[in-house]
Amino acid sequence: MIDNILTGKLSAKPSVLLLKRRWMSRFWWFVTGLSLFILGFSLLYLLGFVFFHGAGALTLKTFTEDTQGIAGGLRNAIVGSLLISGLALAMAIPVGVSAGIYLAEYDYGRLVGRVARFMSDVLVGVPSIILGYFGYITMVVYLGWKFSLLAASITLAIMMLPYIARTTEMALREVPHTVRESAYALGAGEGRVMLRIMLPAGRTGILTGILLSLSISLGETAPLIYTANWSNYMWEGHFTNEPVSYLTYVIWSYIGEPYTSAHRLAYAAAFLIVFMVLGINVIARYVLRNKSGHHH
Amino acid sequence: MAVILPLSLVAIAVFLTLYAWPAIHFNGWGFLVHNDWDLGRMYGNPIVKDGQTILPGASYGILFLIVGTLLSSLIAIILALPLGVFSAIFIAEGLKGPLREAASFLVELLAAVPSVVYGLFGYIVLIPFLGHHVYPFLTQTIGRVIPWFGGESGSGYGLLTAGFILTLMIVPLISATLRDALNSTPRALRESGISMGASRMEVVLRILLPQNRKVLIGATILALGRALGETMAVLMVSGNALNVLPSNAYSSVSTMASFIVSQLDSALQDPTGMAVMSLAEVGLVLMLISILVNAAARALLSLSGMRGRVKT
Repeated sequence: MIDNILTGKLSAKPSVLLLKRRWMSRFWWFVTGLSLFILGFSLLYLLGFVFFHGAGALTLKTFTEDTQGIAGGLRNAIVGSLLISGLALAMAIPVGVSAGIYLAEYDYGRLVGRVARFMSDVLVGVPSIILGYFGYITMVVYLGWKFSLLAASITLAIMMLPYIARTTEMALREVPHTVRESAYALGAGEGRVMLRIMLPAGRTGILTGILLSLSISLGETAPLIYTANWSNYMWEGHFTNEPVSYLTYVIWSYIGEPYTSAHRLAYAAAFLIVFMVLGINVIARYVLRNKSGHHH
Repeated sequence: MAVILPLSLVAIAVFLTLYAWPAIHFNGWGFLVHNDWDLGRMYGNPIVKDGQTILPGASYGILFLIVGTLLSSLIAIILALPLGVFSAIFIAEGLKGPLREAASFLVELLAAVPSVVYGLFGYIVLIPFLGHHVYPFLTQTIGRVIPWFGGESGSGYGLLTAGFILTLMIVPLISATLRDALNSTPRALRESGISMGASRMEVVLRILLPQNRKVLIGATILALGRALGETMAVLMVSGNALNVLPSNAYSSVSTMASFIVSQLDSALQDPTGMAVMSLAEVGLVLMLISILVNAAARALLSLSGMRGRVKT
């Protein structure tokens, strides 16, 4: 109703103050709308750019051949990206979920728990290139693994840990206390309550966290340069002492080359990575939406 | 298992420090205040100086990296703060139902796009456009009033371009966090504002925003931390300057994170290893800055009870 007054629908002759306030409101609505428009436009322009260039660069060869210097396909890089992220995920899920359970269920309010929570929050903020350098010093150099799948995956796993731990913690916190209490009342033990009641109840939240951390790891480049480096060949099955190829490297490195064939590979790689990351985000969104729809 | 989390943070700090120790010892405080990153003569015989084996002529000073990192992040924050706040207001207060869902998702997707894809976009699309059209125009207009925007407009690589790209990358954090905070502000607050005769926008600007300022500050500091550590996108658009401080908004710069990547190959050529150790020291400085920034943000956010709801 007040908006009606401000827009002049009720009073025939608004005062100067009212006029000023009306125009200020309109001005701010315009500014806020414009801000959202700028962001939406930037994202759609970027996506359009990647899809337009990438779709034209994709051929069957992209999936069947390995990179050869500045030409060929992307088979080795696609496989490498999936291997590195998949292995990282396999390591990060058990550790991250257990850490999340611990943070949510035990130690709440105690100093140890608070410090652990705070440090895992800070770990999220450590730049990924620092994690890469850490992996380089410890695994590539000190342990003598050289540039390798294992060094890259462990580095990415460390990066994923706080995300998974935190989303698990939050998901478990959201499960109503009564659920847990009923389970205890039925005589279930602590481990059973967690595994059979709490984890299934919080599974959508946990799954969203896992999906988002997978999407982040697929898009990473900087830590991999220091741990996986790059290889023009297909992975031959060694966990150490064998550099691995991955898609994001192709984007960074090949776009700087002066050859059209290299540029096409870079665009194709960008298309594939953006496609995967978008897909994962849409799925995560869908999972979360279904969950919130179920509750309310 | 939970102990692995804090442990890895401690391990990262300890190993970086141990590895960089000879460099810290050799470089001293000059590391932070000089502009003289020089690997020395690669084919010269290593000499011993201050008890450390180095290449002749080698010296390491990273003031230009610190300045480049802080300035590019500062530009990003200055642009991302209004964009984030206003877009959050429009989404939370101006849109409803599926439209609000879609707009929220669109903004959050900005954060999902990989850094290197932003770099590609900046390199192919933004740099030619900004370098040929926007920057020459800026020097002729704003540049006449504010000298920092005047002078050589450059090729498009540089501080301002890096700032623009960083803005897009960090704006979702601010926007999504504030949007959630606005959505969860008690109805009573909104209603009492309306009942006092304020319009909806007046309620948002005068009541809801001040109410959520701690959340906003916390999210902004977190976004700053994100910008400080951003690597690939900045590497591809910043021009990668060496040993010079930016003279205007279009100067090419390097940031600490991008420098660590761009220098790896040449640093590995140094047979004494001092170059790689000094890169580790760059990493250590960057890590200390981001830990400080993040700790401050988290402390603020937990004071305002928003810890769980921050979008990362």
